[in-house]
Amino acid sequence: MEDMIFYDRMQFAFTITFHYLFPQLTMGLSLLIVYFKWQYLRTQKESFNHAAKFWMKIFSLNFVMGVVTGIPMEFQFGTNWAKFSELTGGVIGQTLAMEGMFSFFLESSFLGLFLFGEKLLGQKLHFLTGFLVFLGSWASGYLIIATHSWMQHPVGYEILENGKFVLNNFGALFSNPWLIPSFLHNQAASLVTSSFVMAAVGAFYILNKKEAEFGKLFVKTGVYFGLAASLFVAFPSGDMLAKNVVKYQPVTFAAMEGIFETEKGGAEIVLIGQPNILEKKLDNKIAVPGVLSFLTHQRWNATIYGLNEFDEKLYPTNIAGLYYAYHIMVGLGTIFIGLMGLSLFFLIRKKLFSTEWILWSLVFALPFPYIANISGWYTAELGRQPWLVYNLLRTVEGASPTVSSGNTLFTLLGFIGLYFLLGMLFLLLAGKIIKHGPNPQID
Amino acid sequence: MEIFWYIALLFMLTVYLVLEGYDFGAGIVHLLFAKSEEDKKMITKSIGPFWDANEVWLIASGGVLFFAFPTLYASSFSGFYLPLIMILWLLIFRAIGLELYGFVNNHLWKSIWNTSFGVASLLLALFFGIALGNIVRGVNLGMVENGVSTQEAHYFFLPLWNSTFSPQANHLGVIDWFTVFLGVIAVIALTIHGANWVIYKTSSSLNQKLKKVVFIMNFALLAFVIVSLLVWHYIQENPYENFNNHPWLWIFPVISFAGIFGLFKVKSYKDGMGFLFSTLFLVGGFVASAVSIFPKMLPSTNEVNPSLTLYNASAHEYGLSIGVFWFVIAFALVSLYFIVQHKVFKGKMDHIHYGDH
Repeated sequence: MEDMIFYDRMQFAFTITFHYLFPQLTMGLSLLIVYFKWQYLRTQKESFNHAAKFWMKIFSLNFVMGVVTGIPMEFQFGTNWAKFSELTGGVIGQTLAMEGMFSFFLESSFLGLFLFGEKLLGQKLHFLTGFLVFLGSWASGYLIIATHSWMQHPVGYEILENGKFVLNNFGALFSNPWLIPSFLHNQAASLVTSSFVMAAVGAFYILNKKEAEFGKLFVKTGVYFGLAASLFVAFPSGDMLAKNVVKYQPVTFAAMEGIFETEKGGAEIVLIGQPNILEKKLDNKIAVPGVLSFLTHQRWNATIYGLNEFDEKLYPTNIAGLYYAYHIMVGLGTIFIGLMGLSLFFLIRKKLFSTEWILWSLVFALPFPYIANISGWYTAELGRQPWLVYNLLRTVEGASPTVSSGNTLFTLLGFIGLYFLLGMLFLLLAGKIIKHGPNPQID
Repeated sequence: MEIFWYIALLFMLTVYLVLEGYDFGAGIVHLLFAKSEEDKKMITKSIGPFWDANEVWLIASGGVLFFAFPTLYASSFSGFYLPLIMILWLLIFRAIGLELYGFVNNHLWKSIWNTSFGVASLLLALFFGIALGNIVRGVNLGMVENGVSTQEAHYFFLPLWNSTFSPQANHLGVIDWFTVFLGVIAVIALTIHGANWVIYKTSSSLNQKLKKVVFIMNFALLAFVIVSLLVWHYIQENPYENFNNHPWLWIFPVISFAGIFGLFKVKSYKDGMGFLFSTLFLVGGFVASAVSIFPKMLPSTNEVNPSLTLYNASAHEYGLSIGVFWFVIAFALVSLYFIVQHKVFKGKMDHIHYGDH
């Protein structure tokens, strides 16, 4: 049974991973563009408007990639996970249909106006259309995470005799304790990606001694937003989310942290180590005593349950993958706070723009927020396995009954080829936009 | 409640057909009739700020289908697995063709993406016609072999074709002569529709030529539609039953034919009128096809398992009722966005800077 859904899982994982490279930039960048437009309205300095226009070019390219890789996501619920759709459509169909109706229409209608309507609309209305694009993209994030939260922590439903989930409390979908922490954590993380991208492009301009004035604006904006967002990702949003996992999915928490045995008198926090699933221990472990207990329960000696307390049937399917995803996310998140904090320190002392090693660090940091975001989602998704709906519906029970794995492999290979092309095109064209630069005089 | 959502879904799909229909049609015109780079650019300008919002009608319809009729969504999306994934790939090629061609000023680059956009538009029109053919023809629900279901009653899987290409074969395929016939009608109808949009929204040098194209293709459209009505009974025993029981439904075929006849006078009307008539044809024809199988939404071709209808494929009562509240609000907002969008980009679109990077 597990083998039969292997390609279904691979296809979903591959297409969602590739897709989410784009929305994380879209969501954060829309906020930063609105910030530039607002600064332009306030100060009337042309450079802010040119900055906004430059990032709108990157945004529109990124948005197209997000749209074309996003439509397959909605289709795949039905094509590959038909049984899941049939059984849960009565509940999560609500939030998915709302996403289409409330956010995609808002986003797409006003994006056309925002990109092509500046002269027709005037500056104030143009700012408003930008704001509505931002609102649409965040509303989309909210409704998708409402759907995700229900799968992690189902609420407001009953199960009929034929196994179908039906909604009995619409409000519960939105008061789900999983929703707000996940939403805040995710949106802040998308702002981290966008701020790092902006800072990296800015640092590149300064180092390259071309467009250095715009480079300074981008680095400054990226550092301010990047530090604030990196801190917010860790606390309070990440902290709230971790406490949810402890409370509602303790077995997942044990696997994430790599705790095989319950530790009495306080749990250590693992920094590095490789899970050895057969011997149920971590190899080459480096850990700090008591810290995990303190972070989780604010007491140094609080008990954290290890995997040994739970039935093996409830174990996450891929303990090692889950452990690494979580540790990569947390490790990178910590480095982000450090790098942005250091950059701010140099910025305040007016030395940032002349300190080459830190500018280079900002340039090379560019891919890492993407890795951290994807690792975060892998933590959430691998943490939920082997369930589609936590504790209620197993992943093997959700696949399409009539689609053979040969057909799924065929489409998976097609997606791999097509997305490889899309990825190359994106890099080529984004590079071209960055090379051309924000200066309106060069055309 | 099911009736409300049936009408809502049918309405959304109709809007999708009319809006993205002109996008696809403009793509076909772009491929077949626009020779110069100027003309091609004019066509992409006329759909540039709209196509993305138009495509959202497909995504939103999918969302509403998932929410209101989860069993139908699960059954049809897994059963039509291969053609649906291919539609996704075509939508990707079409979108990047349209959006990326302006990034690099090189004739090879432009011709690659122009072709990608045009060919994908043509194939999508064909595929959506084939899809409609598959729905009205029905499928072997439960995959019955020798009178016994081999799958749950509402699941099936269709290969792309079978060797006979017959809609009455025991083992059906997505592509048979009937579905391809509807596909060809869709290509002709959307080419006319797209040409009308280009005439309406641009003052391109192509417009005079396109009016001639519309006039000539309209003869083909009329002929194909009449033939399709003559062969319809091969796939549906009693196609006029619903119309005879509820005579007011005849209004849809009448609207459709009014559209075709209006199109013959495209040369003597104002530029926007042709678009109005092709819209009438599409709306009338599509709704008439859908209501001809009412209350079925996906007919069963065997005697063992029942067809999927709006009653046996729908979600539970509470969810459907509460959905009406947010749907009405969302729908009002969507209408507002639509009005704003078309007010700002009203009239001819010759002067916007679409695709310049």
